[in-house]
Amino acid sequence: MKTIFERTPTLKDCTTHYCPGCGHGIAHRLVAEVIDELDIRDRTIGIAPVGCAVLAYDYLDVDMVEVAHGRPPAVATGMKRTNPDKIIFSYQGDGDLASIGAAEILHAGHRGEQITVVFINNAVYGMTGGQMAPTTMLDQVTATTPHGRHSVEQGYPLQVSELLATLPGTIYIERCSLHDPAHVRRSKKALMHAFELQVDAAEGMSLVEILSPCPTYWRMSPVKAMEWIENEMTKAFPLGRLKG
Amino acid sequence: MSERVLMCGNEALAEAAIIAGCDAYFGYPITPQNEVPAYMARRMPEEGRIFVQSESELAAISMVFGASATGKRAMTSSSSPGISLMQEGISYLAGAELPSVIVNVMRGGPGLGNIAPSQADYFQATRGGGHGDYRTIVLGPSSVQELADCMMLAFDLADLYLMPVMVLADGILGQMMEPVVLERKTSRELPPKDWALTGAKERDQHIVRSLWLKEGALEAHNNKLQARYDQIQRDEVLCEQYEVDDAEIVVVAYGVAARIVRGAVTRAREEGINVGWIRPVTLWPFPSKEINKAADEFRIFLTVEMSNGQMVEDVKLAVAGKAPVVFHGRPGGGVPTVDEILEVIKQLTLGAKTPI
Repeated sequence: MKTIFERTPTLKDCTTHYCPGCGHGIAHRLVAEVIDELDIRDRTIGIAPVGCAVLAYDYLDVDMVEVAHGRPPAVATGMKRTNPDKIIFSYQGDGDLASIGAAEILHAGHRGEQITVVFINNAVYGMTGGQMAPTTMLDQVTATTPHGRHSVEQGYPLQVSELLATLPGTIYIERCSLHDPAHVRRSKKALMHAFELQVDAAEGMSLVEILSPCPTYWRMSPVKAMEWIENEMTKAFPLGRLKG
Repeated sequence: MSERVLMCGNEALAEAAIIAGCDAYFGYPITPQNEVPAYMARRMPEEGRIFVQSESELAAISMVFGASATGKRAMTSSSSPGISLMQEGISYLAGAELPSVIVNVMRGGPGLGNIAPSQADYFQATRGGGHGDYRTIVLGPSSVQELADCMMLAFDLADLYLMPVMVLADGILGQMMEPVVLERKTSRELPPKDWALTGAKERDQHIVRSLWLKEGALEAHNNKLQARYDQIQRDEVLCEQYEVDDAEIVVVAYGVAARIVRGAVTRAREEGINVGWIRPVTLWPFPSKEINKAADEFRIFLTVEMSNGQMVEDVKLAVAGKAPVVFHGRPGGGVPTVDEILEVIKQLTLGAKTPI
């Protein structure tokens, strides 16, 4: 029998702790495929965030570190500067990257650190129970916006990728989505490019933002969550290449 | 034999770190330690090593974390308010068992305080400082030479015990110039860094973390750290004693305060008062046994600090009620004078100062 599809080696053969319909499993797989296709597993170091993906090292079979909330770009800086031959990537959620780690991502980009950032935007804090994130949509109900997010009190969804794209130190920024197979494939291509740039020692930071479903804290079925990304989230977070 | 050179404490500690094989320095500007990053910015690239000025102390200690996780020798330096910001990272370094060296050139506090020399961060340094059940080794040098020597020792202790080591200096020590011989005096037998993140080449994945969710896992991890801390308390205490045997009064002081005490004790001896001193070099582990032993004979213990009394609590714990413990301190950047300490010693001989 001919095998036409199989687990990529860098993705461990195990059950994840993620909720049904969560996008992290897809994103993990894409990262693992890229690492295997580029054949860089033996020189890659990954950084897990604080958030739902804190246990990413249980699923990705590369050397990994788990660090303080928001600090992955600073940790990545320490790693890459002392190990320029290694491939360093951080995997961060929206609370980690856009809120508590806003300074670290901004300055890592500003310094043009030669790292790859995988930014999972699901518009909510998952691990702590569905609180408002900087990327929460207007009118979105969360644990800490029980009447919906209102711009006067909580501001607008923060477009970090657009912000980072203005920095000379960033070389490639693209926003993708996981809401259907075509967009999953597009996400893979973007991740591939972001890692390839580092393999080629391109001078600057690359970042792929991935809109990812959180059915649990969006209070939706997995299918509805995918539709919500396509119909609502992409309005505040338009897909496409922002830089590079 | 290296030559004797005149250097300020901040530059001497930086060069000592280079000699100790520091691969990377990460730091953020703050007075009174700015000579350290300025020196490192010039010298580290000369040596083909890494210097990065970070966006904050939070980032600096996280960069140290990153470099250390890959097995490199990394350090940062700061002063009191900056060290407060670094407590997050120091706790993570302790939890993840990552060697690292942190220099605190202390200034007055609380808050922004001032930029004068101080010893007000003793509690923060010796009690771990950040959240969780952990310790850092804390070295409290009292001369530029000892500051440099402590840097080399700090890197070895960090690698040996897989933990952050803090060198606790102050504004005087950082700024003053003294002759110093920069050479590696001792070198420890160090374990291989077979845990480091270097890419999983022909081996299983390595994970560096401080998260232990499984029931009982964190308790076991804490107990493992504690066993290491117990060993350090047994094996790594350093302190200096002077004329304690016949002393009626023993002055306990560390760092720059100990230098001033030395002058006061010499003067008191000249005036016929039997005084000695004990100077802890390791502030954690604290020389509790040595002080307790000195308290076997009845003596008054006078603790002198540039604070309103922090180390005095450790002295009291060490003395364990066997003798009176008296405190004299100057907070907020105040520096005690020899005359001032001599006066306190004289008062104690008359029994005028009430033991605390």
